[in-house]
Amino acid sequence: MLETAPATHSKKIRIACRVNGRATTLETYPMARLLDALREQLHLTGTKEGCGEGECGACSIEMDGALVNSCLVPAMQAEGASIRTIEGVADGECLHAVQQSFITHGGAQCGICTPGMVLAAVNLLARYPSPTEAQVREALAGNLCRCTGYTKIFESVVEACRKMGPRA
Amino acid sequence: MEAPRDLSAALERMSREPGTWQPFAGGTDLMVLLEAGKLPHRKFLSLWKLDELRGIEVTPEHVTLGSLTTYTDVRRHEILAREFPLLCRAAAETGGLATQNRGTLGGNIANASPAADSPPALLVYDAEIELVSAGGARWSPYSGFHTAYKKMTMRPDELIRRIRLARAHHEWKQYYRKVGTRRAQAISKVCFAAAARVDAGRVVDVRIALGSVAPTVVRAASTEKLLRGEKPTAALLESAQQALGREIAPIDDMRSTARYRRRVAQNLLAEFFEILRS
Repeated sequence: MLETAPATHSKKIRIACRVNGRATTLETYPMARLLDALREQLHLTGTKEGCGEGECGACSIEMDGALVNSCLVPAMQAEGASIRTIEGVADGECLHAVQQSFITHGGAQCGICTPGMVLAAVNLLARYPSPTEAQVREALAGNLCRCTGYTKIFESVVEACRKMGPRA
Repeated sequence: MEAPRDLSAALERMSREPGTWQPFAGGTDLMVLLEAGKLPHRKFLSLWKLDELRGIEVTPEHVTLGSLTTYTDVRRHEILAREFPLLCRAAAETGGLATQNRGTLGGNIANASPAADSPPALLVYDAEIELVSAGGARWSPYSGFHTAYKKMTMRPDELIRRIRLARAHHEWKQYYRKVGTRRAQAISKVCFAAAARVDAGRVVDVRIALGSVAPTVVRAASTEKLLRGEKPTAALLESAQQALGREIAPIDDMRSTARYRRRVAQNLLAEFFEILRS
């Protein structure tokens, strides 16, 4: 938790970064989890804690364009980084094609894995605009879902790719 | 946590207060331990921004990787993909993409898990590691670096700076298999990496390395010795499987049993033989 001082008796520090396009200062302990800083200080609660061990992907964010598990990033290492959370995926009121596809194709049940799944898919599409199904499966392999059995998640992502069409 | 401005500042800190500073790279192992309360109270030295520990250098003889090379960096490198496929396979099967973006080879080696995925490939490629301290630098063969469970021949004031691979194995027949519960996000039950130079149907030279079957990652030296100079016949396979069974020391733990690990290691050796015969 953010407010418990770790046993190393460290002080809170200020960490300058960008979150969802906005210049932001995190005020927390150096070894606090980036996950907690996002949720508790910035109230960006779309990023979830599933396992706290980097095994489930519920806490996935993009840090300098790379998908990372925010439960494993010490806040201090976010200094100077450009971070995108699930809240930064939609363009205002306009959903990303992946998000719309999850709605249309039933890719979410309880929804707790969904932010991580969407981010992993959006990150994949930024790197490979026309991924194969194997690439989709690999891109989402670090995100666990307990509800859907994954099929509708993959269908949602594959359909989003199809809708977005081949890029120039 | 502190972020030293450069490598020499980091080394100076470590030499002034040996054993006080825990070097911290991508944190994919250390954060788990920290959150579980399993790290002794320590100051953390963030290496993440030290560019002196990054980069992959290619010369005609060697590929030399900075210790902060991530698994993603490994997978994206054309020469590594072409000449060191076992290392690329290992990187691709480590965790998931989010882990691969932050986990580093140096961190993997220094975490010293016997179940690590890349070290068997590094052993097959006769990797050398460079250790640096405020007092200087030294190269050490990676083979023999791990002496016992989570113990290694590295001083408290040292950091891993580079990992060097000789460009000598690309024409060898190569095989890698990680056996675990899932294709991703799994710690291996058995990990097997091997390469051999086959000429006129004979095994001229061979390297076999395994993870999760001993207190450290290991080279199967006795099994290798049995194979050198021989044709990979069914009879040789049987002797080799027996030798392998004797020289590994798997245990029962929460992931698997000794019996399963021994049998699977022997089966993977058989799969390697099929590649040798092809």
